[in-house]
Amino acid sequence: MHTLKNKYMKTIKNLALVLFVATLFTACSEDDPEVVNEEELITTLTATLRPSGGGTDIILKSVDLDGDGPDAPVISVSANLTVNTNYTGVLKVENETESPADDITIEVLEEDEEHQFFFTPTNNIATVSYNDMDEDGNPIGVQFSLATTTAASGSLTITLRHEPMKTASGVRNGDITNAGGETDVQAVFPITVQ
Amino acid sequence: MIKKIFFCVLFCCLSFTNNAQECNTILKGTVIDYHDGTPIYGATVYIKSLNKYATTNFEGKFKIEQLCNGEINLTISHISCETKNVTVSIEKDTYRDFFLEHHIESLKEVSIVSTANIKSKTIQSTVLKGKTIEAFSNQNLGDALKDIAGISSINTGNSIVKPVINGLHSSRIIVMTNRVRLQDQEWGIEHAPNLDINTAEKITVIKGANSLEFGGDAIGGVIVTEPSNVLLKDSLYGKSILSGQSNGRGYSFHSSLSKSTKKGWYVNAKTTLKKMGDFESPEYVLSNSGLNSKAYSLQTGLKKFESGFNVYYTFINNEIGILRASHLGNIEDLVNAINSPEPLITNDFSYDINSPKQDVTHQLVKVDYYKRFKKLGKLKVQYDFQNNHRFEYDIRVGNDRNKASLDLNLSSHAITSSFKFDAKSDEKYKVGFMGAYQNNFANPNTGIKRLIPDYDKYDLGFFTIGNFILNDETTLDVGFRYDFNAINAKKFYSKSRWEERNYELDFSDLIIGDFNTQWLVNPKFQFHNISASAGISYQLNDENSVLFNYGLSNRAPNPSELFSDGLHHSAARIELGDLRLQQETSNRVSANYRFKSANTSILVEVFFNDIRNFMYLEATGTEQTIRGAFPVWEHKKTNANLFGADFSLTQNIGSHFILKNISSFIRGKDIKNDRNLIDIPSAKTLNSIGYTLEKWYDFSAVIESEYVFRQNLFPNNNFETYIPTTDTTVLVDVSTTPSSYHLLNFNSDATFKLSEKTNLTVGLTVTNILNINYRENLNRLRFFADDLGRNYTLQLKLNY
Repeated sequence: MHTLKNKYMKTIKNLALVLFVATLFTACSEDDPEVVNEEELITTLTATLRPSGGGTDIILKSVDLDGDGPDAPVISVSANLTVNTNYTGVLKVENETESPADDITIEVLEEDEEHQFFFTPTNNIATVSYNDMDEDGNPIGVQFSLATTTAASGSLTITLRHEPMKTASGVRNGDITNAGGETDVQAVFPITVQ
Repeated sequence: MIKKIFFCVLFCCLSFTNNAQECNTILKGTVIDYHDGTPIYGATVYIKSLNKYATTNFEGKFKIEQLCNGEINLTISHISCETKNVTVSIEKDTYRDFFLEHHIESLKEVSIVSTANIKSKTIQSTVLKGKTIEAFSNQNLGDALKDIAGISSINTGNSIVKPVINGLHSSRIIVMTNRVRLQDQEWGIEHAPNLDINTAEKITVIKGANSLEFGGDAIGGVIVTEPSNVLLKDSLYGKSILSGQSNGRGYSFHSSLSKSTKKGWYVNAKTTLKKMGDFESPEYVLSNSGLNSKAYSLQTGLKKFESGFNVYYTFINNEIGILRASHLGNIEDLVNAINSPEPLITNDFSYDINSPKQDVTHQLVKVDYYKRFKKLGKLKVQYDFQNNHRFEYDIRVGNDRNKASLDLNLSSHAITSSFKFDAKSDEKYKVGFMGAYQNNFANPNTGIKRLIPDYDKYDLGFFTIGNFILNDETTLDVGFRYDFNAINAKKFYSKSRWEERNYELDFSDLIIGDFNTQWLVNPKFQFHNISASAGISYQLNDENSVLFNYGLSNRAPNPSELFSDGLHHSAARIELGDLRLQQETSNRVSANYRFKSANTSILVEVFFNDIRNFMYLEATGTEQTIRGAFPVWEHKKTNANLFGADFSLTQNIGSHFILKNISSFIRGKDIKNDRNLIDIPSAKTLNSIGYTLEKWYDFSAVIESEYVFRQNLFPNNNFETYIPTTDTTVLVDVSTTPSSYHLLNFNSDATFKLSEKTNLTVGLTVTNILNINYRENLNRLRFFADDLGRNYTLQLKLNY
């Protein structure tokens, strides 16, 4: 019985030793984790509308610096649109948490078959058409035209879809209904045409 | 099987007195199960001094003739009972009853593992064995357990299947494999147990937290898988199982080989390979739902009665495609997916597995040693190391296209030791301790914010269990356990999230670094958990028995509940943990009634589980981001009650037909807010009729009907959201449960003897015979696609 007790004690001692070693091992890994460089983060969508007859550019901007964080994007529209005017538009998507800002439009254009912007106005404030196309002859939407007619107010939603079905019905003409795919960017701009 | 018992019989004293009398006395007797009084068939009664032996018949009776009067030493043994040495004094022809203790623990003599506490008669447990498990060779642990009353599964598609015990799953269930507690990031619903079902010869499911040896936090229960026994003789044997199935056009191959020696040395190796292509619902291909799986294991050791050791290594890698149509961009995509009757993306059948997918490798090394001490008990010491490496791939663009979005590496070390005092047959104690260390590393090179942070975790536990046989009818078990958990994490919070959670009030002292838009935070939490269990079983008479048990358990919040923080693409939702969560406390009472006669067996199990601080994940609103709106799901706490009843019936009709019914019902209530609990399994009833004809190649055929009721009691978490592209406000229905469904399944097999040692079993299984369209409430992909259509599986099994 006595030897048994000794044996048992010895085992416990050995276990304690192993546990101690395990603790030492953990004490070595005290390094702080590296901050993640969010490569694909999109923080900013900018649409620049240039009136065809000349004048000041109108800037529509959605900025969401905390990405998936709780803060809602900040939406701004620099001025009201003018009735019966044609605008040439250019879109830019950026990651502004980087310095200088990372221009993600370049990536979109590199994979243009897999991306398409959609423009959805309400209250007939404007009509939008595409000015660019990918290698398959389908629209992308980085360059577009926007035309206003009568005075109205409503909203313009700009959506970037990844892997849309560009050949589905209406998608070529900018109708998002059958586009499918996944939404990468979506911003709703309040617009007044006067 | 009986033969090997002889090798386990260690001693048989010689105290035989020979009085030169005539030796023609007869000893007759019955060998009876100590606990339930049923006769034991196939027990061996051995008189070593005379080298005489007898085997009991179906009524448990034996007879040994030509004995001399005097004292005789008998060794009575049975495969699943404690071997017993008895001295009988005979003067004339004698009849005696011999009680054997039905005792899984005693299998330690012949098995690699002995899962000590689950022998207990006072817990609600169900055992699956060899053939039942082999039928699921090409599937998952979760699939195999679904036919047990009260067990269901929570799925992400059909290759990620997590078992649910009485409505509880994930961190509330402990999975033990070969005596090792599986540490494989079990917190997530889409994290299935990393375990090859083919390595298990026996699976025991224990409902509730009454097996304190394994852990104190198993509020739902414990699943114990054990490998096959080692034969203590010079032998070489193995088996191979080849399965092919029509749905998914997949195959699965398993092979195992074992070598053992009389001296107790053994080695065995197993391998399983599975490949499945896209599965199909009745009407369309479930694109990107394939699976590639590889598993290997190697075990060796020395198995002796007094001492022995085992060394075990397993490797499993699963590459699992996630339904392409379930990958979403924002709430609008979610609304479109829910409203579309068919998945928005279906392609032609393919074996390719593209993003979204997961690729998980789990490795486990274990070393254990045991030693017996005469008239005292048995000591066990074990060390195990596990590494779980999980990659999840999302649909990404540009240079990151093939880069994982999530790359978590979890390493776990554990030391366990126990001592069992089993010298007295009616009073046994077990004490033990556990020490564990775990490190999680989230690789920052993914370019995506960590969903789970880097952390170190320490656990220390002590337990003691007592088992008392009060009389022939009554057994009592009591247990107590204490656990200490400490977690030390380092996590980046975006400053806006930190404020939105109001953490600056309570946790500002945790901040250790300022990284522009983010805080680096060092949460250190400690939890003290106490668990206890008590159970009593009572044999009313030969046919009726009852048991009652009570379990107290505490579970500390897991890393996901504390720290989750980010966008979960496959669900198009933002998931948020809560640093303020405390451990949850469960008080569970349950009762069983069992009736068992020659042709009928009935088991009724009921339970009531009161859980304070019950942690759950539920939709709470939406957040706007530049991608559009996302639903937010938060880990919250409440007080919950779960109660239910499970029913099993087996009825033999004549000698060839068997009728079976397995039904379960469960209800979950949030008693704080008077609401229904989310993710509670539907009521279900399984009915089957089987026909067997042993004479004709051991033929059997079973037709099974599975009826799953609609879950009408669900919490309403629906919310409204504005869809800009259609300029409408729509209701997002994430709550309404799918309709009830009824599946018909068929299984048949026959065994052919190819040579003396070689058997071939051919099996055919058809599931969803009627090829109906259905969706299961607890399948997370139910929003996007129907479940599986008809499937034919052909299985060939070779034993050699």
